[in-house]
Amino acid sequence: MTMRGICKYFPGVRALEKVDFTLRAGEVHALVGENGAGKSTLIKVLTGVYGKDAGEITMEGKAISPSSPLEAMKCGISTVYQEVNLCPNLTVAENIFIGREPKKAGRIDWKTINRRAAELLATLNLNIDVTKTLDSYSVAVQQMIAIARAVDVDAKVLILDEPTSSLDEEETQRLFDVVRKLKAQGLGIVFVSHFLDQIYELCDQVTVLRNGELIGEYEVAALPRVELISKMIGKELGDIQSMGKNENFGTDEILIEADGISAFGRIQDFDLQIHKGEVVGFAGLLGSGRTETAELLSGVAKPEKGTLRMSGKDVHFASPLDAMQHKIGFCPEDRKIQGIIGDLTVRENIIIGLQAKKGMWNHISMKEQEKIADQYIKLLQIKVSSPEQLIRNLSGGNQQKAIIARWLVTQPDLLILDEPTRGIDIGTKTEIQKMVIQLAREQHMSIIFISSEIDEMTRTCTRLVVLRDRRKVAELTGADINSDKVMSAIAGGV
Amino acid sequence: MKNLTGIKNRIVGSRYFSFGITLTLFVVLYAVGMMNYRGFLKPQVFCNLLIDNAALIIATIGITFVLLIGGIDISIGSVVALTCMTSAKLLAETGMPALLVILLVLVMGCVFGLIQGWLITEFNMQPFIVTLAGQFFARGMTAIISRDTIVIEDPLYTSLASARIYILPGGFISVGVIIALAALVIGTLVLKFTRFGRNIYALGGNETSAQLMGLPTKRTKISAYVVCGFCSALAGVVYSLIMLSGYPLHAVSMEMDAIASSVIGGTLMTGGVAFLPGTLLGVMIQGIIQTFITFQGTLSAWWTRIIIALLLCLFIVIQAIVSRSRQRLNSEH
Repeated sequence: MTMRGICKYFPGVRALEKVDFTLRAGEVHALVGENGAGKSTLIKVLTGVYGKDAGEITMEGKAISPSSPLEAMKCGISTVYQEVNLCPNLTVAENIFIGREPKKAGRIDWKTINRRAAELLATLNLNIDVTKTLDSYSVAVQQMIAIARAVDVDAKVLILDEPTSSLDEEETQRLFDVVRKLKAQGLGIVFVSHFLDQIYELCDQVTVLRNGELIGEYEVAALPRVELISKMIGKELGDIQSMGKNENFGTDEILIEADGISAFGRIQDFDLQIHKGEVVGFAGLLGSGRTETAELLSGVAKPEKGTLRMSGKDVHFASPLDAMQHKIGFCPEDRKIQGIIGDLTVRENIIIGLQAKKGMWNHISMKEQEKIADQYIKLLQIKVSSPEQLIRNLSGGNQQKAIIARWLVTQPDLLILDEPTRGIDIGTKTEIQKMVIQLAREQHMSIIFISSEIDEMTRTCTRLVVLRDRRKVAELTGADINSDKVMSAIAGGV
Repeated sequence: MKNLTGIKNRIVGSRYFSFGITLTLFVVLYAVGMMNYRGFLKPQVFCNLLIDNAALIIATIGITFVLLIGGIDISIGSVVALTCMTSAKLLAETGMPALLVILLVLVMGCVFGLIQGWLITEFNMQPFIVTLAGQFFARGMTAIISRDTIVIEDPLYTSLASARIYILPGGFISVGVIIALAALVIGTLVLKFTRFGRNIYALGGNETSAQLMGLPTKRTKISAYVVCGFCSALAGVVYSLIMLSGYPLHAVSMEMDAIASSVIGGTLMTGGVAFLPGTLLGVMIQGIIQTFITFQGTLSAWWTRIIIALLLCLFIVIQAIVSRSRQRLNSEH
């Protein structure tokens, strides 16, 4: 399959400019680039979600131009999207077969559907009850189901858009096994990922995009990692490497103290002291209780046992707003659902936190709003055409920055960032990490930083709390903060 | 303790949990009726539940299709009235054969649903406001055709209206009930065993996903409104068999009764979850409460509404508990 000279324009934005992409049968081809580089757009053109403005796509020598996902599927192009795109209310089996259900005597043959679904999932080493609804399974399992669906439609090209962003290590390996198996069967696989390790582990070729333009196609094995990164972000590497570690340990003053807080299904007996101006990391696998603990600290959920103290006094947060009044800000994990309000402008999204804190009836003048918005857009280098742009039209990284700006405006003492760098590009990731360190050093803000990427945490945090199975299992400081120690703590070998 | 909660969550999270609740409620209400009023023991009382509510059963089937895709249609009652009035007028003044009249009004219902569905889908409009316009339009047209009652005297209509079909010793049902039950069976089978039916569920579960999975979302959406329009017209035909007349104030706010029945029968207003046999029970539960009040004799008929209101609240709370249990179940995996 080849794509030649693909162009795509949106009002005011050049999303793709003369991009070429070639995929051979039996190859795993990585597509990388920063956010806004045009990866998603390229994929959406390929799968018929967007029409292209110029260029041509050929499949086995024949020109195709899919105008809907269904047509793309008929041409043999299947996609598994970053967010699982299946229906939660249908059964697992049905999610795999809907739209092409086997029929018997004019009616849908449920027996065959359930049997074939179970067989298909078994080839992916997944043995689950296919007659249960999709929403009774974890995201990782849902992802595998999505792949099963994509593969089963006689695909020649399989596109995996950030497939591993919600999987843990073991699940990722299982996914890779599946991908290798499919590759051996002669499928061409497009692999979009931010995780360079995974690209080096899995992929044969890599195509780099930047700002909607093609930078080049390379053989993965022949391209050193540093070079790949510099091609992606268009900067020399010194910048990233020189960042070094955060050496700032905060002051002696204790800002908030948790004493044995527990809540069923969230966390058990959690103790923690956070000093002013320090960056504390919560490490652990998905479901280890990282987010749940953050929610207890920020009033989203209430602890059933234990106490929270701020500056020596017991506090109970009745709501997130209450926590906000105590100068605690919580930036939740899923920015699309819990963070941005897509149909409001960037300015409104930034101001909304302050407005909530001040109360509905305290008017903030337009002039002041504009001033604050401009200030933070500049401070965090949010790329917008104007503060009045709708936030949903920004790239993921810039949306994230806007959300962080929202909390900074309320001037919290404690800022909780849950996966602030998930799904955004390396350049912006580095910027956010730098910003976190800066806030702690210059404004003595305390920050809880939650991330699945251990490297990111070891660079940013001065103290690392390791969680496993909803318990705190270790607390690392200073020289102990390195990938090996953290990994072994997570794995349970401290 | 933890294990117990797990089992509880599993039961509550099961797909047929709300159907179970509705069924239990129906059986309990009927049993209470039998204990208190001798009248409830007569088979005909049960049959009357069906006879009196045949039109509502059909309307509920229609609205359930629309609720399943996460939409709403509040034009049903007006379309029922328009159907009755059109049939009455045509029969009285043109001498058209009755079967042709029925065919014609059914087509009219489909076209009405088609237009509403097309407007909603093509221009991405709020179904509430489009069908509100539809409601006003149909009710207005009914009154334009005639401000007064037009009586239906067609022999086919009158003979169908008075036909008694015995299904139990001492219990008969009407032609309308046969039509309603047939519609229910067909509707249930369509939802379970056809692609169209499954696409409706998928669409209600997650529209973006459905689209990305390559399902014909637009067509399915419009079709759901066509089904609802058709059911409204069919309910209108059955209603005219009961009333044998056209009148501008027939079936006022029948759509609301239909929505209530559907929700009591386990339909989720956010779409994606419904079971038609459950919605039949939803209608029957409303009927039982009415029967209670008739037998009791002294209470105002409006108590039906109050009790339905409480039941609705109860079911919405149950739905909330169900979805929370599902989430818990999910987080256990």
